[in-house]
Amino acid sequence: MKDRAADFLEFDHASGAYRISPEQAVRDDVEKHYWRHVGAAIIKDWRLYVMLVPMLLVFLFWRYFPMYELLGCFKVSDSVVPVSEQLFSGFSYFRRLLVGGDQLSTDFWRAMRNTFILSFYGLCFGFPIPIILALFFNEIRSNAARSVYQVLTYLPKFMSTVVMTSLVTMLVKQGSLTTGMGIVSQALSGLGFVTPEVANAGLLNNPAFFRSIYQISGIWESAGYDSIVFFAAIIAISPTSYEAAQIDGADKMAQMRYVVLPSILSTIVIMLITRIGSLLNIGYEKVLLLYNTNTYVTADVVSTFANRISGMAGTGTSAGTGIAAAEMMNNVIGMLLVIGANTIARKASNTSLY
Amino acid sequence: MKRKLETSELIFKIISYTLLTVFALCCLYPFVYAVSASISGRSAVEYGSVVLFPKDVQFDAFARMFGDNMFWNAYSNTLFLTLYGTLWSMLTAILGAYALSKRRLLFRKFFNFFLVFTMWFSAGIVPQYLNYLATKKVFTAAGITDDKWLVVIAMGMAAMNIILLRNAFEGVPSEIEEAAVVDGATEFQVLSKVYIPMSKSTIATVALFFAISRWNGYFWARQMISNSNEHPLQVFIRLRLEQYTDPEAMAGWNEAFAADSVIYALIVCSIVPILIIYPFIQKYFAKGVNVGGVKE
Repeated sequence: MKDRAADFLEFDHASGAYRISPEQAVRDDVEKHYWRHVGAAIIKDWRLYVMLVPMLLVFLFWRYFPMYELLGCFKVSDSVVPVSEQLFSGFSYFRRLLVGGDQLSTDFWRAMRNTFILSFYGLCFGFPIPIILALFFNEIRSNAARSVYQVLTYLPKFMSTVVMTSLVTMLVKQGSLTTGMGIVSQALSGLGFVTPEVANAGLLNNPAFFRSIYQISGIWESAGYDSIVFFAAIIAISPTSYEAAQIDGADKMAQMRYVVLPSILSTIVIMLITRIGSLLNIGYEKVLLLYNTNTYVTADVVSTFANRISGMAGTGTSAGTGIAAAEMMNNVIGMLLVIGANTIARKASNTSLY
Repeated sequence: MKRKLETSELIFKIISYTLLTVFALCCLYPFVYAVSASISGRSAVEYGSVVLFPKDVQFDAFARMFGDNMFWNAYSNTLFLTLYGTLWSMLTAILGAYALSKRRLLFRKFFNFFLVFTMWFSAGIVPQYLNYLATKKVFTAAGITDDKWLVVIAMGMAAMNIILLRNAFEGVPSEIEEAAVVDGATEFQVLSKVYIPMSKSTIATVALFFAISRWNGYFWARQMISNSNEHPLQVFIRLRLEQYTDPEAMAGWNEAFAADSVIYALIVCSIVPILIIYPFIQKYFAKGVNVGGVKE
């Protein structure tokens, strides 16, 4: 067995003694003059680092500087005074939001609950439907017919949020003395799902319908598009797997259970992690465009709450930057969720995202 | 045994076709209705007698909109934001992703984390707003008073897209780069002559993602662009919707077409350009989702 010393020592025959090997001399030099070596490497490859600079600056200025502004949550917040000069006030904003006991705190908890409920419903309904759609697409053997179905179902994804919400607003709009209600409201009251009075008052003005409208329009918008990734996983399954299962006497359900599901499981896990990671990061733009004062009870989420209370939206009330504490709590929980989901997925199935 | 197999297959097939057809029609219907309502007569739209096909066809709602200078203004602003915004995002993203894809880059782990962290944690709307206000002051001091440049430069960067590009660049065989370097290629030549041509389809996909988010951008454009002449299409549509669905503002409406028809016409006009280019971009769009699913 070789002496461990031999790693960094070598025998010098001329002097008859051990001396430090040349490799170790280089290692020692790097350790001693680390920054000098780093500088030399950067100078040698300077073009590479110059290329990196614009991207780093964009992220620094417009992603990381806002995080610095978050310090306002821990200070006597006043947007006129720069954050660096404000006085430290500890967790007063967090305390006020969490256990303030006043209207602000009540509204914060309502927003928090709505955020969770909207995301959770999105996960329950929005996540499985694209998978089911992909299974259905797989049943269509004719390529031309399948393309037609796919193009039709991707179509809504090409609208912007503004156009989509405008269309939804128009389809369920309220009726008045001179004008009738939206066509979807008409259909729903005609089919008996809602009473004509309720439909005529405008479904978007009724807190009881906000969540359904939000989820259904979400499915309408993106289920077809979200199914692409699952469909790609399904068509990658070799036909021989089905044949083998059929010889073993598997009917359609058994084939789904033992052939299709295991083959697309890793895709499902990855998409589920992404979904859970963005669980609390729900599209505030869509809520902002669909809600109104009548539906705050079920529609107000943390982002829109912070947006409104901060005075950004021009509503006259101003709680300053301290209100960002609300979003900060929301986003920290969101971050823990994504890291947690990723860890669990890595342990359970060796499929990880980051 | 054989019979049972066929029955279950058949039942599943029937269910698939039926539900898919229903879903596809539900996806299509609102668009058909929007087109019909935009060209139907006033009473037909207001009393809800338009169901599928247009009634008492008129094109005045479209004419009204095409005659509106603000509409064309908004359209050209959106084109401006989409074009310059995509160029700026692509420039920074390609250069950055190229550097990140190189193993010899020092502190590579740190730079990657720097990007990925922004996907996990965002400061939120309020701090971002304050930050953009500060940026606006700097821009104004530098003589850039057109808020569109603020939107172009400060917004719309996405870490996810850079990671997609980085992964594509990492997939380029290093032998080709070495050969180019032996032939005397500089760093920029390696990027422009080797890496970009070899990852064309990912670059197209990422450019498409950037372009779509620029085209669709609403919230920050509305918050930060103070001059209404500089508003992009999305903000214009929303402001018109707010105006035309307000019963008080519409009390004196005495045109031959319904106010709703103008909104539907606006919706149709914003979707049509996308439908025209859809066949050309579809394959990149579909590809993008698949590369998006597999990272690292």
